[in-house]
Amino acid sequence: MMNLSNLSVGLSTYLLVGAMLFCLGLYGVLAKRNIIALLMSIELMLNAVNINFVAFNRFLWNQKIDVHYLLTGHVAAIFVIVVAAAEVAVGLALIITIYRNRRSTNVDELNWLKW
Amino acid sequence: MSTIVFFIFAILAIAAAWGVVTSKNIVHSAFYLALSFAGVAVLYILMNADFLAAVQLLIYTGAVAVMVVFAVMLTLRGDVRESNPENRSWFVGALVAVSVFAMIALVVLTNADWRVLATPWTGGGSAEDMSLLLLSQFMIPFEAAAVLLTVALIGAVILAKGVKESK
Amino acid sequence: MFKEMHDLFQWAWLIPALPFLSFLIIAFITKRSKRLSSTVSILAILTSLSLAIAIGLGVIQAGKEIVEHPAIVNVNWLNIVGLQIDFGTIVDPLSAMMLFVVTLVASMVQIYSLGYMHGDEGFSRYYAYQSLFASSMLGMVLATNLLQLFIFWELVGLCSYLLIGFWFFKVSAREAAKKAFMTTRVGDFGLLLGMLFLYTKFGTLDFAALSAALNTNFQDVLVIGTAGYVTVMAFLVFLGPIGKSGQFPLHVWLPDAMEGPTPVSALIHAATMVVAGVYLVARMYFLFDFASPAALQFIAGLGAFTAIFAASIAIAQDDIKRILAYSTLSQLGYMMFALGVGSYSGSMFHLMTHAFFKALMFLGAGSVIYALHHKQDIWDMGGLWKKMPITGTTFFIGVLAISGMPPFAGFWSKDEILANALHNGHPIIYGVGLFTAFLTAFYMSRLFFVVFMGPEKPENHPHESPWSMTIPLMILAFFSVFGGFVALPEHNFAWYIHYGEFHHEAIAWGLAGISVLAGLLGIGLAYITYVKKLISAESVAGQFSGVYKLLKNKYYVDELYLWIIKNIMDGMAKVLYWFDIYIVDGIVNGLALVTRGSGKVLRRTNTGQLQTYAMVFFFAVVVIFMAFAIGESQLAAINPLATLGGAK
Repeated sequence: MMNLSNLSVGLSTYLLVGAMLFCLGLYGVLAKRNIIALLMSIELMLNAVNINFVAFNRFLWNQKIDVHYLLTGHVAAIFVIVVAAAEVAVGLALIITIYRNRRSTNVDELNWLKW
Repeated sequence: MSTIVFFIFAILAIAAAWGVVTSKNIVHSAFYLALSFAGVAVLYILMNADFLAAVQLLIYTGAVAVMVVFAVMLTLRGDVRESNPENRSWFVGALVAVSVFAMIALVVLTNADWRVLATPWTGGGSAEDMSLLLLSQFMIPFEAAAVLLTVALIGAVILAKGVKESK
Repeated sequence: MFKEMHDLFQWAWLIPALPFLSFLIIAFITKRSKRLSSTVSILAILTSLSLAIAIGLGVIQAGKEIVEHPAIVNVNWLNIVGLQIDFGTIVDPLSAMMLFVVTLVASMVQIYSLGYMHGDEGFSRYYAYQSLFASSMLGMVLATNLLQLFIFWELVGLCSYLLIGFWFFKVSAREAAKKAFMTTRVGDFGLLLGMLFLYTKFGTLDFAALSAALNTNFQDVLVIGTAGYVTVMAFLVFLGPIGKSGQFPLHVWLPDAMEGPTPVSALIHAATMVVAGVYLVARMYFLFDFASPAALQFIAGLGAFTAIFAASIAIAQDDIKRILAYSTLSQLGYMMFALGVGSYSGSMFHLMTHAFFKALMFLGAGSVIYALHHKQDIWDMGGLWKKMPITGTTFFIGVLAISGMPPFAGFWSKDEILANALHNGHPIIYGVGLFTAFLTAFYMSRLFFVVFMGPEKPENHPHESPWSMTIPLMILAFFSVFGGFVALPEHNFAWYIHYGEFHHEAIAWGLAGISVLAGLLGIGLAYITYVKKLISAESVAGQFSGVYKLLKNKYYVDELYLWIIKNIMDGMAKVLYWFDIYIVDGIVNGLALVTRGSGKVLRRTNTGQLQTYAMVFFFAVVVIFMAFAIGESQLAAINPLATLGGAK
């Protein structure tokens, strides 16, 4: 599977790095109380996804067949970054607004969407 | 050589991410986040994604991390050393996260079906290649992303500024 | 020649359309003005009458061609996959005859109603219903397929309901209307089933197509041995006529229907609507013929039974309209058994003559009731001939006609039926028919003698009715006298309207003599009983008090139905009520309770905690993944190619 002469590190290794980042982010989303920490954890998860996109693009894309779509994985990553940037902007603005109204950034206390 | 570089920065990125989620101080978390982003940027360079690496550094490390610090500054109350606590069910969360990782690892390691190229592709990845693709094949998504960013910008400003009581 | 006639026949749709137009005009425009409403209605029906006469003359002129090839115009009405329904008109001698009879009687009744309904609150409404009825009845006559016929069939049923209950402030009228509607409904349900059955078997409801299918293609089905289907179809279809034409078990509605205004009884419950069943059997005669002998023998037996059954009841009734109603039932039985014994022409002939003289007698009865301010008991009347000469004379003509006295119309048709019954090998039915003829003569003369002869009752101050009422009487009397002569020429009634091969039959004078004798006997018996008083009716009734009570109470059929409804239906209803309350409601309420309870429990899971949701979500992802992994590994044990990443 792994050809060390051409390929220093294999696809699986990149994917595992991505998986680790993703699960650390997931833990952050599930376990932290501060809503800003949640937002940061989500950023970590998005980064993990981007690593996967780029790794797939690097290792699986056949240049000879799809010459026009050579960098599709990169484009996907770019869009993820764009959306993440927008999300951070709006998310932080929301957090500030919530903080202004509730004097708290605690996720536990933001539970007024219930029965 | 590149293997060594890869492992250094992969471990750096993961360790920084660990710091993000375990640090009790949310300001530290934000700095760890910037570090983790930088490590990932190096991984991009290793995968011939030079442009992406630059974007990663500029947007994530430069903009997002700094914005997070600003938000922390605006919303911080009480002792900064206790600003990033875990909730009551953090252990269950850890369990779920570990089992998700185990699941992904299982798939990644047991799957014999990746059609990995015999000779990995090496060229491209520069801003020129990207721009060609973005402005030809992915024109419409590109424009849509532009609109999205504008909307997010305006929305963020309005949200953060707050609506004045009309009377 | 025939081409030109055909152009004329294409306009047959105008005949039902005009009264319908008048119905709409009255209902939406002229409702306020009584005079305008009646004028519109009468004008429309008179135009239809002239059109019907034109078409009748056209049919007579077209002769052999129209007999063999009816003029059919079809317009596609509904066309979806698996169902094609046409609307159209059929012009053949049968429908032309019906058109003439219906439009004539309807015109007479509408003119007559000008006097009879004068000053009634619902005068305009009355004429609207009359127009709607005429339109529906004429549409039914012209129908080219069973569905179209059924639609109009139900419409005339509706009009009958509306007109019986016309004086809806009377409880009895309301009840009678409901009874009529529901009783006929029972038969109509059978007809509907028959239609569905026919459609599933033949894929068409068109009369011509059905007839062709039965005559040719169905031979294959015969070979397979499913000809029994046709018999079932015939019986189901015949259920409709049983209800509509008041045959035995469903006859109970017709006497009660006399609660409606008398002209309505004359039009709907004597001359036209009730013969719809007879007309349907005639239209579908190919079906019954195919299903013979079972179907036709059943029709013959039931018709004959109804004839004698109703006639025997009529003897003991005191209400002038009820006597006529039972007489109508009896005569309908006559027409039915005529069809059953194969006397197709005779039945249609009797339908026509009966329409004339029964409408005449009903209108005459109406005239009497009008003069006596709504008294209906014949024993309250007497000696009316002198005071009401026109009514009396025309009524007498009607009595002679229904009793089969030559040369009045009833003689010819009754004679043809009886002769055919004997000729086609049904001696028992002939005997029943003959005895019924005797009974008919007896009770009709009884009615006549009691009402118009005998001593005058001092409390009555009758006057002859106005011209609007007597002129229709005279016109109908004319047809009752001369209507039978269409049997005489070489191209006679039977030559035009017949089924299968036409056989010219000379009038059997011997048999005719016997029936005339039976009629004379009946009239004579009534004369010596009720005029000469040689026999005391009371003492006879006293001697046979059991029989008399039975007849007086109409064989207790109504009471039997009431008993069945009270005990069996109500009992079943109680059981079903219990079932509904405890089982059905229990299930429904139980379902609601389960839903509410589970909602109450499950809403606790909606904590509003974002992180809980995320945790459940990812936990579920892991669980589903594990389920798939286990499934795949089991699959891999069977098939090594199926691995976790998907088959190669």
